[in-house]
Amino acid sequence: MTAAPPRRRTLAGLAFAALAAVAAAAAEIPVIQAMQDDDTANPGMLFVLDGEAAWNRKAGAANRACADCHGDARVSMSGVAARYPAFDESRGRPVDLEQRIEMCRGERQQAPPLQFESQELLALTAYVARQSRGQPIAIADDQRTRKFIDAGREIFQRRQGQLNLSCAACHDDNWGQKLAGAPVPQAHPTGYPLYRLEWQSLGSLQRRLRACMSGMRAEPYAYGAAELVDLELFLMKRAEGLTVETPAVRP
Amino acid sequence: MNEFRSTRRQFLAGSARLAAGAGLASIVAVEPARATPEALQGAIAEIIGEAPLRQGRVTLDLPSLVENGNAVPLTVAVESPMSEADHVTAIHVFNEKNPQPYVLTARLGPRAGRARIATRIKLADAQRVVAIAAMSDGSFWSASADVIVTIAACVEGLQ
Amino acid sequence: MTARILINVPAKARRGEIIEIKTLISHPMESGFRVGFNGALIPRDIITRFVCTYNGEEVFRAELSPAIAANPFIAFSTIATESGTIAFAWSGDNGFSAAEFATITVE
Repeated sequence: MTAAPPRRRTLAGLAFAALAAVAAAAAEIPVIQAMQDDDTANPGMLFVLDGEAAWNRKAGAANRACADCHGDARVSMSGVAARYPAFDESRGRPVDLEQRIEMCRGERQQAPPLQFESQELLALTAYVARQSRGQPIAIADDQRTRKFIDAGREIFQRRQGQLNLSCAACHDDNWGQKLAGAPVPQAHPTGYPLYRLEWQSLGSLQRRLRACMSGMRAEPYAYGAAELVDLELFLMKRAEGLTVETPAVRP
Repeated sequence: MNEFRSTRRQFLAGSARLAAGAGLASIVAVEPARATPEALQGAIAEIIGEAPLRQGRVTLDLPSLVENGNAVPLTVAVESPMSEADHVTAIHVFNEKNPQPYVLTARLGPRAGRARIATRIKLADAQRVVAIAAMSDGSFWSASADVIVTIAACVEGLQ
Repeated sequence: MTARILINVPAKARRGEIIEIKTLISHPMESGFRVGFNGALIPRDIITRFVCTYNGEEVFRAELSPAIAANPFIAFSTIATESGTIAFAWSGDNGFSAAEFATITVE
Protein backbone atom coordinates (compact mmCIF):
# COMPACT_ATOMS: atom_id res chain seq x y z
CA MET A 1 0.00 0.00 0.00
CA THR A 2 1.62 3.27 -1.07
CA ALA A 3 1.31 6.20 1.27
CA ALA A 4 -1.64 8.38 0.29
CA PRO A 5 -1.14 12.15 0.20
CA PRO A 6 -1.69 13.48 3.73
CA ARG A 7 -5.07 15.17 3.15
CA ARG A 8 -6.69 12.16 1.50
CA ARG A 9 -5.30 9.83 4.14
CA THR A 10 -6.83 11.96 6.89
CA LEU A 11 -10.26 11.91 5.27
CA ALA A 12 -10.02 8.21 4.59
CA GLY A 13 -8.79 7.76 8.14
CA LEU A 14 -11.78 9.58 9.56
CA ALA A 15 -14.22 7.59 7.49
CA PHE A 16 -12.43 4.41 8.40
CA ALA A 17 -12.45 5.27 12.07
CA ALA A 18 -16.16 6.05 11.92
CA LEU A 19 -16.84 2.77 10.19
CA ALA A 20 -14.57 1.00 12.61
CA ALA A 21 -16.39 2.44 15.61
CA VAL A 22 -19.65 1.13 14.23
CA ALA A 23 -18.10 -2.16 13.26
CA ALA A 24 -16.44 -2.59 16.64
CA ALA A 25 -19.71 -1.99 18.48
CA ALA A 26 -21.75 -4.15 16.14
CA ALA A 27 -19.23 -6.97 16.14
CA GLU A 28 -19.56 -7.22 19.91
CA ILE A 29 -21.94 -9.85 21.04
CA PRO A 30 -24.48 -8.12 23.33
CA VAL A 31 -24.01 -10.49 26.26
CA ILE A 32 -20.26 -10.03 26.13
CA GLN A 33 -20.62 -6.28 25.79
CA ALA A 34 -22.83 -6.33 28.90
CA MET A 35 -20.18 -8.31 30.76
CA GLN A 36 -17.57 -5.78 29.76
CA ASP A 37 -19.57 -2.69 30.64
CA ASP A 38 -20.34 -3.71 34.20
CA ASP A 39 -17.25 -3.19 36.34
CA THR A 40 -18.55 -5.61 38.96
CA ALA A 41 -19.21 -8.34 36.40
CA ASN A 42 -16.15 -7.84 34.19
CA PRO A 43 -13.64 -10.59 35.07
CA GLY A 44 -10.84 -8.36 33.76
CA MET A 45 -11.50 -6.02 36.67
CA LEU A 46 -10.31 -8.70 39.08
CA PHE A 47 -6.89 -8.36 37.45
CA VAL A 48 -7.10 -4.58 37.61
CA LEU A 49 -7.63 -4.93 41.36
CA ASP A 50 -4.52 -7.09 41.52
CA GLY A 51 -2.67 -4.44 39.54
CA GLU A 52 -3.73 -1.78 41.98
CA ALA A 53 -2.30 -3.82 44.83
CA ALA A 54 0.93 -4.36 42.90
CA TRP A 55 1.13 -0.62 42.15
CA ASN A 56 1.11 0.13 45.85
CA ARG A 57 3.41 -2.68 46.89
CA LYS A 58 7.09 -1.99 47.54
CA ALA A 59 9.34 -4.10 45.34
CA GLY A 60 12.95 -4.77 44.46
CA ALA A 61 16.25 -3.88 46.08
CA ALA A 62 15.26 -0.22 46.00
CA ASN A 63 12.21 -1.13 48.10
CA ARG A 64 10.01 1.24 46.15
CA ALA A 65 6.44 1.00 45.00
CA CYS A 66 5.22 2.41 41.68
CA ALA A 67 3.15 4.76 43.80
CA ASP A 68 6.23 6.16 45.51
CA CYS A 69 7.33 7.85 42.27
CA HIS A 70 4.12 8.00 40.26
CA GLY A 71 1.67 8.76 43.03
CA ASP A 72 -2.00 8.22 42.22
CA ALA A 73 -2.18 6.22 39.00
CA ARG A 74 -5.55 7.74 38.18
CA VAL A 75 -3.73 11.02 37.63
CA SER A 76 -0.22 10.07 36.58
CA MET A 77 -1.17 7.21 34.26
CA SER A 78 -4.14 8.89 32.63
CA GLY A 79 -3.63 8.88 28.88
CA VAL A 80 -0.49 6.75 28.98
CA ALA A 81 -1.87 3.55 27.48
CA ALA A 82 -3.54 5.60 24.74
CA ARG A 83 -0.15 6.64 23.41
CA TYR A 84 1.76 3.38 23.71
CA PRO A 85 3.82 1.86 22.07
CA ALA A 86 6.06 4.92 22.24
CA PHE A 87 9.65 5.66 21.31
CA ASP A 88 12.23 5.01 24.00
CA GLU A 89 15.54 6.91 23.77
CA SER A 90 17.59 4.35 25.64
CA ARG A 91 16.50 1.52 23.37
CA GLY A 92 16.43 3.58 20.21
CA ARG A 93 13.13 2.02 19.24
CA PRO A 94 9.50 1.92 20.33
CA VAL A 95 8.54 -0.14 23.36
CA ASP A 96 5.08 -1.29 24.39
CA LEU A 97 3.48 -0.75 27.76
CA GLU A 98 4.56 -4.12 29.17
CA GLN A 99 8.16 -3.40 28.21
CA ARG A 100 7.97 0.11 29.67
CA ILE A 101 6.73 -1.26 32.97
CA GLU A 102 9.44 -3.91 32.95
CA MET A 103 12.12 -1.29 32.28
CA CYS A 104 10.88 0.83 35.16
CA ARG A 105 10.84 -2.14 37.49
CA GLY A 106 14.35 -3.14 36.53
CA GLU A 107 15.94 0.31 36.52
CA ARG A 108 14.04 2.21 39.21
CA GLN A 109 12.91 -0.52 41.57
CA GLN A 110 15.86 -2.83 40.92
CA ALA A 111 13.37 -5.64 40.89
CA PRO A 112 13.86 -8.91 39.03
CA PRO A 113 12.18 -9.08 35.62
CA LEU A 114 8.61 -10.29 35.34
CA GLN A 115 7.84 -12.84 32.66
CA PHE A 116 5.68 -11.82 29.72
CA GLU A 117 2.12 -13.01 30.39
CA SER A 118 2.86 -13.46 34.10
CA GLN A 119 -0.09 -12.66 36.34
CA GLU A 120 1.71 -9.73 37.94
CA LEU A 121 2.83 -8.07 34.70
CA LEU A 122 -0.64 -8.49 33.21
CA ALA A 123 -2.26 -7.07 36.30
CA LEU A 124 0.03 -4.04 36.41
CA THR A 125 -0.41 -3.38 32.69
CA ALA A 126 -4.18 -3.71 33.01
CA TYR A 127 -4.23 -1.32 35.97
CA VAL A 128 -2.16 1.28 34.09
CA ALA A 129 -4.15 0.87 30.87
CA ARG A 130 -7.43 1.09 32.77
CA GLN A 131 -6.53 4.67 33.65
CA SER A 132 -6.91 5.56 29.96
CA ARG A 133 -10.32 3.99 29.57
CA GLY A 134 -12.67 6.26 27.66
CA GLN A 135 -9.85 8.20 26.06
CA PRO A 136 -9.08 8.16 22.34
CA ILE A 137 -6.03 6.28 21.13
CA ALA A 138 -3.45 8.91 20.20
CA ILE A 139 -0.07 7.68 19.06
CA ALA A 140 2.27 10.67 18.85
CA ASP A 141 3.29 11.86 15.41
CA ASP A 142 6.92 11.13 16.13
CA GLN A 143 9.48 11.25 13.30
CA ARG A 144 11.51 8.60 15.06
CA THR A 145 8.72 6.01 15.05
CA ARG A 146 7.85 6.32 11.38
CA LYS A 147 10.09 3.57 10.12
CA PHE A 148 8.81 1.22 12.85
CA ILE A 149 5.22 1.93 11.91
CA ASP A 150 6.16 1.13 8.32
CA ALA A 151 7.78 -2.11 9.48
CA GLY A 152 4.61 -3.00 11.35
CA ARG A 153 2.47 -2.21 8.32
CA GLU A 154 4.67 -4.43 6.18
CA ILE A 155 4.18 -7.36 8.56
CA PHE A 156 0.42 -6.72 8.61
CA GLN A 157 0.25 -6.87 4.84
CA ARG A 158 2.71 -9.65 4.24
CA ARG A 159 1.37 -13.08 3.28
CA GLN A 160 2.93 -15.70 5.48
CA GLY A 161 2.57 -19.20 6.82
CA GLN A 162 1.17 -22.39 5.36
CA LEU A 163 -2.11 -20.78 4.39
CA ASN A 164 -0.37 -17.82 2.73
CA LEU A 165 -2.63 -15.40 4.54
CA SER A 166 -1.83 -11.89 5.63
CA CYS A 167 -3.46 -10.06 8.55
CA ALA A 168 -4.81 -7.59 5.99
CA ALA A 169 -6.48 -10.34 3.98
CA CYS A 170 -8.97 -10.89 6.81
CA HIS A 171 -8.91 -7.73 8.88
CA ASP A 172 -8.79 -5.14 6.09
CA ASP A 173 -10.44 -6.95 3.20
CA ASN A 174 -12.95 -9.24 4.92
CA TRP A 175 -13.91 -7.73 8.25
CA GLY A 176 -17.58 -8.24 9.04
CA GLN A 177 -17.66 -11.58 7.23
CA LYS A 178 -17.82 -14.80 9.20
CA LEU A 179 -15.00 -17.24 9.77
CA ALA A 180 -16.10 -20.52 11.37
CA GLY A 181 -19.20 -18.83 12.73
CA ALA A 182 -17.33 -15.93 14.31
CA PRO A 183 -17.43 -12.42 12.81
CA VAL A 184 -14.04 -11.20 11.59
CA PRO A 185 -13.27 -7.96 13.44
CA GLN A 186 -11.28 -5.07 12.07
CA ALA A 187 -8.70 -5.98 14.70
CA HIS A 188 -8.32 -2.73 16.61
CA PRO A 189 -6.52 -3.34 19.91
CA THR A 190 -8.68 -0.98 21.92
CA GLY A 191 -9.09 -3.07 25.06
CA TYR A 192 -5.79 -4.72 25.86
CA PRO A 193 -4.88 -6.41 28.13
CA LEU A 194 -8.25 -8.10 27.85
CA TYR A 195 -10.14 -11.02 29.35
CA ARG A 196 -10.60 -13.61 26.68
CA LEU A 197 -13.18 -16.26 27.51
CA GLU A 198 -11.12 -18.80 25.59
CA TRP A 199 -8.16 -18.10 27.88
CA GLN A 200 -10.30 -17.83 31.01
CA SER A 201 -7.81 -15.19 31.96
CA LEU A 202 -6.46 -11.79 31.07
CA GLY A 203 -3.96 -11.73 28.21
CA SER A 204 -1.86 -9.24 26.29
CA LEU A 205 -2.01 -8.09 22.70
CA GLN A 206 1.18 -10.03 22.03
CA ARG A 207 -0.52 -13.20 23.17
CA ARG A 208 -3.43 -12.55 20.83
CA LEU A 209 -1.11 -11.79 17.91
CA ARG A 210 0.85 -14.98 18.52
CA ALA A 211 -2.38 -16.97 18.68
CA CYS A 212 -3.55 -15.42 15.42
CA MET A 213 -0.26 -16.29 13.76
CA SER A 214 -0.59 -19.89 14.93
CA GLY A 215 -4.09 -19.87 13.53
CA MET A 216 -2.73 -18.67 10.21
CA ARG A 217 -0.24 -21.54 10.42
CA ALA A 218 2.65 -19.12 10.51
CA GLU A 219 5.53 -19.28 12.97
CA PRO A 220 4.61 -16.84 15.75
CA TYR A 221 7.23 -14.28 16.82
CA ALA A 222 8.61 -14.74 20.32
CA TYR A 223 7.25 -12.63 23.16
CA GLY A 224 8.98 -9.27 23.19
CA ALA A 225 10.23 -9.63 19.61
CA ALA A 226 10.78 -6.37 17.74
CA GLU A 227 8.34 -7.57 15.07
CA LEU A 228 5.53 -7.89 17.60
CA VAL A 229 6.13 -4.43 19.03
CA ASP A 230 6.29 -2.95 15.51
CA LEU A 231 3.02 -4.67 14.72
CA GLU A 232 1.47 -3.41 17.97
CA LEU A 233 2.60 0.11 17.11
CA PHE A 234 1.13 -0.11 13.62
CA LEU A 235 -2.16 -1.50 14.94
CA MET A 236 -2.48 1.25 17.53
CA LYS A 237 -1.69 3.89 14.91
CA ARG A 238 -4.32 2.32 12.66
CA ALA A 239 -6.80 2.46 15.54
CA GLU A 240 -6.18 6.14 16.20
CA GLY A 241 -9.22 7.96 17.49
CA LEU A 242 -10.94 4.83 18.78
CA THR A 243 -11.67 4.71 22.48
CA VAL A 244 -9.58 2.70 24.93
CA GLU A 245 -11.82 0.11 26.60
CA THR A 246 -9.37 -1.78 28.80
CA PRO A 247 -10.08 -4.26 30.28
CA ALA A 248 -12.22 -5.55 27.42
CA VAL A 249 -13.96 -8.93 27.31
CA ARG A 250 -13.79 -11.06 24.19
CA PRO A 251 -14.97 -14.58 23.29
CA MET B 1 4.03 -48.50 32.08
CA ASN B 2 2.58 -45.04 31.80
CA GLU B 3 0.91 -43.79 34.95
CA PHE B 4 -2.39 -42.11 34.13
CA ARG B 5 -5.21 -41.31 36.43
CA SER B 6 -7.80 -43.93 35.61
CA THR B 7 -11.12 -45.21 36.83
CA ARG B 8 -10.92 -47.77 39.60
CA ARG B 9 -11.93 -50.65 37.30
CA GLN B 10 -9.22 -49.84 34.78
CA PHE B 11 -6.63 -49.41 37.52
CA LEU B 12 -7.42 -52.84 38.93
CA ALA B 13 -7.30 -54.34 35.45
CA GLY B 14 -3.96 -52.68 34.89
CA SER B 15 -2.60 -53.96 38.18
CA ALA B 16 -3.85 -57.43 37.37
CA ARG B 17 -2.00 -57.29 34.08
CA LEU B 18 1.15 -56.21 35.87
CA ALA B 19 0.74 -58.93 38.44
CA ALA B 20 0.25 -61.49 35.68
CA GLY B 21 3.64 -60.43 34.38
CA ALA B 22 2.42 -59.47 30.92
CA GLY B 23 5.36 -58.92 28.61
CA LEU B 24 3.67 -56.21 26.58
CA ALA B 25 3.64 -52.67 27.93
CA SER B 26 0.05 -51.56 28.32
CA ILE B 27 -1.15 -48.02 28.44
CA VAL B 28 -4.12 -47.35 30.65
CA ALA B 29 -6.14 -44.82 28.74
CA VAL B 30 -7.75 -41.93 30.56
CA GLU B 31 -11.50 -42.20 30.20
CA PRO B 32 -13.17 -39.20 31.78
CA ALA B 33 -16.77 -39.82 32.67
CA ARG B 34 -19.00 -38.41 29.97
CA ALA B 35 -22.40 -37.08 30.83
CA THR B 36 -24.95 -38.61 28.57
CA PRO B 37 -28.64 -37.94 28.21
CA GLU B 38 -29.04 -40.88 30.62
CA ALA B 39 -26.80 -39.26 33.21
CA LEU B 40 -28.82 -36.07 32.82
CA GLN B 41 -32.08 -37.98 33.40
CA GLY B 42 -30.50 -39.71 36.38
CA ALA B 43 -29.46 -36.41 37.93
CA ILE B 44 -32.95 -35.01 37.40
CA ALA B 45 -34.55 -38.13 38.89
CA GLU B 46 -32.42 -37.70 42.00
CA ILE B 47 -34.03 -34.31 42.55
CA ILE B 48 -37.65 -34.93 41.61
CA GLY B 49 -38.03 -38.58 42.56
CA GLU B 50 -41.46 -39.79 41.46
CA ALA B 51 -42.99 -36.31 41.18
CA PRO B 52 -44.05 -35.05 37.76
CA LEU B 53 -41.95 -32.43 36.04
CA ARG B 54 -44.13 -29.61 34.75
CA GLN B 55 -43.26 -27.28 31.91
CA GLY B 56 -43.68 -23.59 32.55
CA ARG B 57 -43.06 -20.86 35.14
CA VAL B 58 -39.32 -21.17 34.54
CA THR B 59 -37.46 -19.00 32.05
CA LEU B 60 -33.99 -20.13 31.11
CA ASP B 61 -32.00 -17.42 29.33
CA LEU B 62 -29.01 -18.59 27.37
CA PRO B 63 -27.58 -17.31 24.09
CA SER B 64 -28.57 -19.74 21.34
CA LEU B 65 -25.11 -19.52 19.83
CA VAL B 66 -21.84 -18.83 21.60
CA GLU B 67 -18.42 -18.58 20.09
CA ASN B 68 -16.66 -19.94 23.10
CA GLY B 69 -18.07 -22.33 25.66
CA ASN B 70 -15.80 -21.21 28.48
CA ALA B 71 -18.06 -18.59 30.04
CA VAL B 72 -21.63 -18.71 28.79
CA PRO B 73 -23.91 -16.25 30.60
CA LEU B 74 -26.99 -17.95 32.03
CA THR B 75 -30.03 -16.52 33.79
CA VAL B 76 -32.86 -18.51 35.35
CA ALA B 77 -36.03 -16.73 36.45
CA VAL B 78 -39.08 -18.39 38.03
CA GLU B 79 -42.57 -16.90 38.24
CA SER B 80 -43.39 -17.02 41.93
CA PRO B 81 -44.78 -14.64 44.55
CA MET B 82 -41.85 -15.64 46.80
CA SER B 83 -44.10 -15.41 49.82
CA GLU B 84 -43.89 -17.58 52.93
CA ALA B 85 -46.75 -19.65 51.60
CA ASP B 86 -45.60 -19.97 48.02
CA HIS B 87 -41.98 -19.68 46.99
CA VAL B 88 -39.14 -21.33 45.12
CA THR B 89 -36.97 -23.38 47.44
CA ALA B 90 -34.30 -24.33 44.93
CA ILE B 91 -33.21 -23.90 41.34
CA HIS B 92 -31.23 -26.79 39.81
CA VAL B 93 -29.41 -26.47 36.51
CA PHE B 94 -28.15 -29.47 34.54
CA ASN B 95 -26.38 -30.04 31.26
CA GLU B 96 -26.40 -32.83 28.74
CA LYS B 97 -22.92 -33.22 27.30
CA ASN B 98 -20.28 -31.94 29.73
CA PRO B 99 -18.22 -34.60 31.51
CA GLN B 100 -20.68 -34.45 34.39
CA PRO B 101 -24.37 -33.40 34.41
CA TYR B 102 -24.49 -30.84 37.24
CA VAL B 103 -24.15 -27.12 36.77
CA LEU B 104 -25.50 -25.31 39.80
CA THR B 105 -27.99 -25.61 42.64
CA ALA B 106 -29.24 -22.40 44.22
CA ARG B 107 -31.18 -22.41 47.49
CA LEU B 108 -33.71 -19.61 47.85
CA GLY B 109 -36.52 -18.63 50.17
CA PRO B 110 -39.05 -15.87 50.81
CA ARG B 111 -36.21 -13.43 51.59
CA ALA B 112 -35.11 -13.54 47.96
CA GLY B 113 -37.96 -11.31 46.88
CA ARG B 114 -37.53 -12.51 43.32
CA ALA B 115 -36.53 -15.93 42.04
CA ARG B 116 -33.85 -14.98 39.57
CA ILE B 117 -30.21 -16.00 39.44
CA ALA B 118 -27.46 -15.38 36.93
CA THR B 119 -24.05 -16.91 36.46
CA ARG B 120 -21.61 -18.01 33.78
CA ILE B 121 -21.19 -21.66 32.87
CA LYS B 122 -18.91 -23.87 30.84
CA LEU B 123 -20.37 -25.81 27.96
CA ALA B 124 -18.20 -28.48 26.39
CA ASP B 125 -20.24 -28.89 23.25
CA ALA B 126 -23.48 -27.88 21.59
CA GLN B 127 -26.11 -29.27 23.97
CA ARG B 128 -29.25 -28.82 25.99
CA VAL B 129 -29.29 -27.12 29.37
CA VAL B 130 -32.14 -27.86 31.77
CA ALA B 131 -33.31 -25.74 34.72
CA ILE B 132 -35.65 -27.16 37.36
CA ALA B 133 -37.39 -25.10 40.03
CA ALA B 134 -38.44 -26.82 43.24
CA MET B 135 -41.44 -25.10 44.87
CA SER B 136 -42.46 -24.92 48.50
CA ASP B 137 -45.60 -26.91 47.67
CA GLY B 138 -43.45 -29.82 46.49
CA SER B 139 -44.02 -29.29 42.78
CA PHE B 140 -41.28 -29.16 40.16
CA TRP B 141 -41.24 -26.96 37.08
CA SER B 142 -38.71 -26.94 34.30
CA ALA B 143 -37.46 -25.28 31.15
CA SER B 144 -34.66 -26.16 28.78
CA ALA B 145 -32.60 -24.40 26.16
CA ASP B 146 -30.35 -25.59 23.39
CA VAL B 147 -27.00 -23.88 22.92
CA ILE B 148 -24.67 -24.15 19.96
CA VAL B 149 -21.02 -23.74 20.85
CA THR B 150 -18.57 -22.96 18.07
CA ILE B 151 -14.83 -22.80 18.50
CA ALA B 152 -13.14 -19.44 17.98
CA ALA B 153 -11.80 -19.18 14.44
CA CYS B 154 -8.09 -18.92 15.23
CA VAL B 155 -7.05 -22.02 17.11
CA GLU B 156 -4.49 -21.11 19.72
CA GLY B 157 -1.22 -22.95 19.57
CA LEU B 158 0.77 -24.01 22.62
CA GLN B 159 1.84 -20.94 24.53
CA MET C 1 -2.45 -15.05 45.69
CA THR C 2 -5.44 -13.80 47.69
CA ALA C 3 -8.71 -14.09 45.88
CA ARG C 4 -9.90 -10.80 44.44
CA ILE C 5 -13.57 -10.06 44.97
CA LEU C 6 -15.94 -7.56 43.40
CA ILE C 7 -19.36 -7.02 44.95
CA ASN C 8 -22.20 -4.90 43.69
CA VAL C 9 -24.68 -4.10 46.43
CA PRO C 10 -26.60 -0.83 46.52
CA ALA C 11 -25.44 1.31 49.42
CA LYS C 12 -28.98 2.42 50.16
CA ALA C 13 -32.42 0.91 49.62
CA ARG C 14 -36.03 1.41 50.68
CA ARG C 15 -37.44 -1.03 53.20
CA GLY C 16 -38.99 -3.96 51.39
CA GLU C 17 -37.27 -3.15 48.10
CA ILE C 18 -35.91 -6.10 46.15
CA ILE C 19 -32.23 -5.47 45.49
CA GLU C 20 -29.98 -7.27 43.05
CA ILE C 21 -26.60 -8.39 44.26
CA LYS C 22 -23.74 -9.27 41.91
CA THR C 23 -20.60 -11.05 43.03
CA LEU C 24 -17.40 -11.87 41.19
CA ILE C 25 -14.42 -13.70 42.62
CA SER C 26 -11.10 -14.68 41.05
CA HIS C 27 -10.64 -18.45 40.95
CA PRO C 28 -9.42 -20.78 38.19
CA MET C 29 -12.34 -23.22 38.61
CA GLU C 30 -10.19 -26.02 37.24
CA SER C 31 -12.76 -28.61 36.26
CA GLY C 32 -10.58 -31.66 36.71
CA PHE C 33 -11.36 -32.82 33.19
CA ARG C 34 -8.67 -30.94 31.33
CA VAL C 35 -5.50 -32.64 30.19
CA GLY C 36 -2.23 -30.75 30.61
CA PHE C 37 0.71 -30.54 28.27
CA ASN C 38 2.32 -33.65 29.76
CA GLY C 39 -0.80 -35.72 29.12
CA ALA C 40 -1.87 -35.95 32.75
CA LEU C 41 -5.21 -34.71 34.05
CA ILE C 42 -5.02 -31.33 35.76
CA PRO C 43 -6.53 -31.97 39.21
CA ARG C 44 -9.87 -30.44 40.10
CA ASP C 45 -9.76 -27.16 42.00
CA ILE C 46 -13.11 -25.43 42.25
CA ILE C 47 -15.23 -23.35 44.56
CA THR C 48 -18.05 -25.62 45.69
CA ARG C 49 -20.17 -23.37 47.87
CA PHE C 50 -21.27 -19.75 48.07
CA VAL C 51 -23.35 -18.44 50.98
CA CYS C 52 -24.83 -15.00 51.51
CA THR C 53 -26.03 -13.90 54.95
CA TYR C 54 -27.91 -10.73 55.83
CA ASN C 55 -27.28 -9.63 59.41
CA GLY C 56 -26.36 -13.20 60.16
CA GLU C 57 -29.34 -14.86 58.51
CA GLU C 58 -28.74 -16.94 55.40
CA VAL C 59 -30.62 -15.51 52.43
CA PHE C 60 -28.98 -17.30 49.52
CA ARG C 61 -26.78 -20.31 48.93
CA ALA C 62 -25.35 -21.88 45.80
CA GLU C 63 -23.63 -25.21 45.24
CA LEU C 64 -21.20 -24.91 42.37
CA SER C 65 -20.01 -27.67 40.06
CA PRO C 66 -17.03 -27.91 37.70
CA ALA C 67 -19.37 -26.53 35.03
CA ILE C 68 -19.24 -23.05 36.50
CA ALA C 69 -16.91 -20.77 34.52
CA ALA C 70 -13.59 -19.50 35.88
CA ASN C 71 -13.77 -16.37 38.02
CA PRO C 72 -17.31 -17.24 39.12
CA PHE C 73 -19.96 -14.60 38.70
CA ILE C 74 -23.13 -15.08 40.72
CA ALA C 75 -26.05 -12.65 40.75
CA PHE C 76 -29.19 -13.02 42.86
CA SER C 77 -31.86 -10.96 44.63
CA THR C 78 -32.77 -10.31 48.21
CA ILE C 79 -35.23 -8.06 50.04
CA ALA C 80 -33.74 -5.02 51.78
CA THR C 81 -35.25 -5.70 55.18
CA GLU C 82 -33.09 -3.55 57.48
CA SER C 83 -29.79 -1.72 57.66
CA GLY C 84 -26.76 -3.82 58.39
CA THR C 85 -24.18 -6.11 56.93
CA ILE C 86 -24.53 -8.43 53.99
CA ALA C 87 -21.79 -11.04 54.16
CA PHE C 88 -20.50 -13.35 51.43
CA ALA C 89 -18.52 -16.54 51.92
CA TRP C 90 -16.98 -18.85 49.35
CA SER C 91 -15.45 -22.26 50.07
CA GLY C 92 -14.11 -25.07 47.97
CA ASP C 93 -11.44 -27.62 47.11
CA ASN C 94 -8.02 -27.60 48.76
CA GLY C 95 -9.38 -25.75 51.76
CA PHE C 96 -10.25 -22.68 49.74
CA SER C 97 -12.15 -20.04 51.62
CA ALA C 98 -12.81 -16.34 51.04
CA ALA C 99 -15.15 -13.79 52.56
CA GLU C 100 -16.32 -10.28 51.87
CA PHE C 101 -19.04 -8.03 53.22
CA ALA C 102 -20.98 -4.93 52.31
CA THR C 103 -22.98 -2.56 54.45
CA ILE C 104 -26.41 -1.38 53.45
CA THR C 105 -28.56 1.44 54.77
CA VAL C 106 -32.27 0.71 54.59
CA GLU C 107 -34.73 3.56 55.03
